Amino acid sequence: MAKIKGDIVVNIERCKGCEVCLAACPFTCIAMSEEVNSKGYHFAMKVNDDCTGCSNCALVCPDGVITVYRAKVTVA
Amino acid sequence: MEEKFAHPELRTPENLVYKRTDLLVDCPLSYCPGCGHGVVHRMLMEVLEEKDIASKTIGVNPVGCSVLAYDFMNIDMLGAAHGRAPALATAIKRLWPDRYVFTYQGDGDLAAIGTAETIHACNRGENFTIIFINNGIYGMTGGQMAPTTLPGMRSSTSPYGRDIDIMGHPLKITELIAQLPGTYYVTRQSVQTPAAVRKTKKALRKAFDLQDEKKGISFVEVVSNCNSGWKMTPVQSNTWMEENMFPAYPLGDIKVNGELVK
Repeated sequence: MAKIKGDIVVNIERCKGCEVCLAACPFTCIAMSEEVNSKGYHFAMKVNDDCTGCSNCALVCPDGVITVYRAKVTVA
Repeated sequence: MEEKFAHPELRTPENLVYKRTDLLVDCPLSYCPGCGHGVVHRMLMEVLEEKDIASKTIGVNPVGCSVLAYDFMNIDMLGAAHGRAPALATAIKRLWPDRYVFTYQGDGDLAAIGTAETIHACNRGENFTIIFINNGIYGMTGGQMAPTTLPGMRSSTSPYGRDIDIMGHPLKITELIAQLPGTYYVTRQSVQTPAAVRKTKKALRKAFDLQDEKKGISFVEVVSNCNSGWKMTPVQSNTWMEENMFPAYPLGDIKVNGELVK
């Protein structure tokens, strides 16, 4: 069965931890990290495999730190 | 750090759906976390990239939080004196009619000190785009009351809320300029949700498309948040904006193709 699978890459050093992407994600795939980046912000990170690559998080990100990939994968 | 749910095999150029446009300079934006300015900057640059007019576009940056916009946008920019961006944009557009010209202004810049320049540029029907970011406050200087501050809204110079008996009514400059014959397209958008961001991008695209028709000003207001000035978290400020700003500043097109629609 084919399934749409997405992946996001967060530019950790540029993330300011505003959490706007958390509210925008329809599958609650994003959460804030426990660690902080060099500026002291908790950064956004992917926390499950439900991402479909809808790019909602990337659209609302004020700093444009999220890059989105999406592919059709075959799963057994 | 370990990325537990990462899928490096998906990260190939053909699977790429969305990335920050290269027209934004690769440097950190100076805005507070969660500020709408960053989204508007990115949508603006995406529109220029899609239209492939970056080399023919001249922007005018204001005074305010977005005064450093020339550092972030990789296009030709000029800095105007406080509120005078429409006057400078008029000169640029008249000297170079084939260039795309826009001003990017906040509410303290456009609706307070620059009211005269804004209204007269709109009334003359110049052919450039005005992008107006309305967050109801003077963000850069420390959250003072602006002409667009809502009645009862707290700011550092109205700590008990804006009292309309003393401080007057909020200035709805977008409705005001929509009445002028020189404006061709007037709209109000926001950037707090993905759907709103897409609509804002469409409005910006239309505003730049209309510069080819030379029929007057295209004016895009973006109602935005100022979580630092409003003393809230970014997500709270977006909710507060939906509950309080949108009733006073309703979203949608106000004037399309020279006809009032609202």
